[in-house]
Amino acid sequence: MLFFSILAPFIAACLVPFLFRYKRTIHTGWLVLPIPILLFLYFLLQIPNISGGNNIHLIINWIPSIGMNLSFYLDGLSLLFTLLITGIGTLVVLYSIYYLNKKEKLHNFYVFLMIFMGAMLGVVLSDNVFVLYLFWEFTSLSSFLLIGYWYHRERSRYGAFKSMIITVFGGLSMLGGLILLTIMTDTTSIREMIESKESVINSPYFTGTLLLILLGAFTKSAQFPFHIWLPDAMEAPTPVSAFLHSATMVKAGIYLSARLFLLFGGSDLFFILVTGFGLLTLCWGSYMAVRQTDLKAILAYSTISQLGMIMAMIGFGTEVAIFAAIFHIFNHATFKGSLFMIAGIVDHESGTRDIRKLGGLMTLMPISATLALFGTFSMAGVPLPFLNGFLSKEMFFKTATQISPTAPLVDQLFIIIPVLAVLGSIFTFVYSMYFFFQTFMGKSKETLEIKPHEAPIGMLVSPIVLVTFIVVIGLLPNLINEPILAPATAAVFGTVPEEHIAFWHGEINTPLLMSLAVVVLGTLLYLTRKKWSHVYRLLPGVLSANKAYDAVYEGHLRLSRKTTNMYMTGSLRHYVLYILLFLVASGGITLVVTDGFAFSTSDVAPISWPEIMVGIVMAIAAIATVFMQNRIAAILVLGVVGYGLSLLFVFFRAPDLALTQLIVETVTVALFLLCFYHLPKLDTKKQSTGTKTVNILISASVGILVTLVAIASHSSKRFETIAHYFIDESHHLGGGDNVVNVILVDMRGLDTMFEITVLGLAALGIYAMIRLRKEEEID
Amino acid sequence: MEILMSILAGILFATGVYLLLQRQLLKIIFGTALLSHGAHLFILTMGKLNRGAPPILVEGIEDYVDPLPQALILTSIVISFGVTSFLLVLAYRAYKTNQTDNMEHLRGNDHE
Repeated sequence: MLFFSILAPFIAACLVPFLFRYKRTIHTGWLVLPIPILLFLYFLLQIPNISGGNNIHLIINWIPSIGMNLSFYLDGLSLLFTLLITGIGTLVVLYSIYYLNKKEKLHNFYVFLMIFMGAMLGVVLSDNVFVLYLFWEFTSLSSFLLIGYWYHRERSRYGAFKSMIITVFGGLSMLGGLILLTIMTDTTSIREMIESKESVINSPYFTGTLLLILLGAFTKSAQFPFHIWLPDAMEAPTPVSAFLHSATMVKAGIYLSARLFLLFGGSDLFFILVTGFGLLTLCWGSYMAVRQTDLKAILAYSTISQLGMIMAMIGFGTEVAIFAAIFHIFNHATFKGSLFMIAGIVDHESGTRDIRKLGGLMTLMPISATLALFGTFSMAGVPLPFLNGFLSKEMFFKTATQISPTAPLVDQLFIIIPVLAVLGSIFTFVYSMYFFFQTFMGKSKETLEIKPHEAPIGMLVSPIVLVTFIVVIGLLPNLINEPILAPATAAVFGTVPEEHIAFWHGEINTPLLMSLAVVVLGTLLYLTRKKWSHVYRLLPGVLSANKAYDAVYEGHLRLSRKTTNMYMTGSLRHYVLYILLFLVASGGITLVVTDGFAFSTSDVAPISWPEIMVGIVMAIAAIATVFMQNRIAAILVLGVVGYGLSLLFVFFRAPDLALTQLIVETVTVALFLLCFYHLPKLDTKKQSTGTKTVNILISASVGILVTLVAIASHSSKRFETIAHYFIDESHHLGGGDNVVNVILVDMRGLDTMFEITVLGLAALGIYAMIRLRKEEEID
Repeated sequence: MEILMSILAGILFATGVYLLLQRQLLKIIFGTALLSHGAHLFILTMGKLNRGAPPILVEGIEDYVDPLPQALILTSIVISFGVTSFLLVLAYRAYKTNQTDNMEHLRGNDHE
């Protein structure tokens, strides 16, 4: 059943193109919708099992010889993610039915979306690291396809490429890390790796492995400085942004860090890197979000910053921090998902996402505005008892002040971490207010092309459901504590936490003061934002990770084009030269390295003068063909070589060869004589000395190599001859006395058949080429 | 004898390769013909020369030369004949169409 749940979206993806023919009567989305609903219900039913400690484990042998098994494992952490994937997935599919017009290429959209859903389920359920990697890259691929969904737009293609290049780069380095882990622990199962944790920690490759895996996690979860792909990914249709680029896919990196927390969590490097990059991303993302003018860009930077916050909490590594991270993963999905949908509604109903053109939509779109109010205030962490964002934000502050005393540099960092946490949250507050007030409050602008109006109810259902979650969890946070959050924390940290989430702790403590400071300072900064907005000219100023990316990307393109043009000259001579150079180099080096050359005259046929004479004539004729200036002379001299060879065949007891060679040589010479008349005279122009030297050097070395190989292979008989078999069996098996004939038509009959085929094809080609001329002449 | 024939095969290869590196189509075709002659001689030499009677079974004779290289060469002769004739007609067509048989001029274009 677990296996089928991963398979189901893929099966649906295969079926969608066939269902698409009914698109005239019914929106394809309705046909797809049952899949995420059923899966959501299935995972919902697993909650009692998992919270009771009965994790589900399933192994299907795939390629057991190299440890590749389809091994799936459902524990608390996986369950949380599967619920998010299928739950948000259901809402997104429902929302997309109203968002995307029937005229769009819906079959593409839903195929990609289903592939993504299956792949994402695979990522969070796989216990085998290589299967996990496989699904991981599948999510990158489907993300690429979905960002480029409107592929006729240049920005879409740019964003798709960017996300692909950055996440696949990270994925590959992650693969490197996973391979190292497999070598260290001698298993491909994550759980068994965690059990043999000692061998990983004591390994000399520990640092490298950690860096490689974190690179994968950071690129996927858009951590600074790899965050640049996420704002460009906003070119995707809004349901996709809500689903992939805020609620699920970008959390895969967080999932990975959490999943391997038991393996790496104790190390200083993990703490420094994950906490450091997390906090940096939190501050940078929220700082940059205030500057954006596109609604979706604000949300993109906001997502970056929130991901940084979750990452930082995993870095803190205390039990409460992990619990808070899990809680925030859930909350972020609810408020960010709903805000993306609202942004989509505003875009859909007013025709723009440019915040400078928007304003005063409150009166026109009251329901959307109310939903946005809950979403933004929850995101900002406003201390109100019915907002889930505040609860996890306050837990974040609490954990930031209670870092384990064993952590490295804890004395120096003790002040910095809470300060950064507050700083990032202040900007979070500012952009949340900016998002809400600029869009829905104030005067309505006349610049809009269409008059905005409230969205259809179908579009509002999904954000309403998510906002309901915000409020319900805000009021009764412990509702999901026991069944979902506690098992998930247990899966990450190893022990079951006894954390009670509460709005009011009965005293005025540091986290509460931090929250209040955020609100006060945030309000001040929001109101005065026009006065300080010129700081963006100082930071980032001209510095831009995007420019760096573009420069590297363009540079690579230029460099590879240059390199390719350097050797792909279009000249046949150059290509032949490369091949021959490689032949001489590889052959020569092998001969030297393996000491393969041997020279022995102990087993040679006696020298006889007639053969020598023929050989000398052939050699002279062959050399003469090089120097001949006259076409007829060259052809005849070439004929001398061929006839000489057939004479040699006679001497060397090969009557069939001699006969065939004689006939073929005669026909060839005749053909040459027929054709040369139509071809231009031989070129008598002198080649440059350089070209000539190269040609002579190459041809001489090829000749010498062939001679050496021939002598060596003759002088060192490594294997017994198999000639006896053919001679003994020819009469008995083939019923013929001419052994060569029997080999050709009987023992190697298939060879001969293909030989005939080659001749036939050559004949057809020749016929076609001659016919072509005739028809041209007629025309 | 085998040593001498190896040297002859080397000479055939060297001249063949030299012609292959020329500009003119006709010379290139000469080159391929010489190369295949060289290859045939090479294969024949590998199976030892003159050890016994031609490989046609006659009662009372026990020693025959190795028939396998001969069978391989026979196939190869026929194929190289096909290749040579195809190349000749191709050269002829290329010259008619492009008005040149100089390979340095026949470089295709940038869009290929």
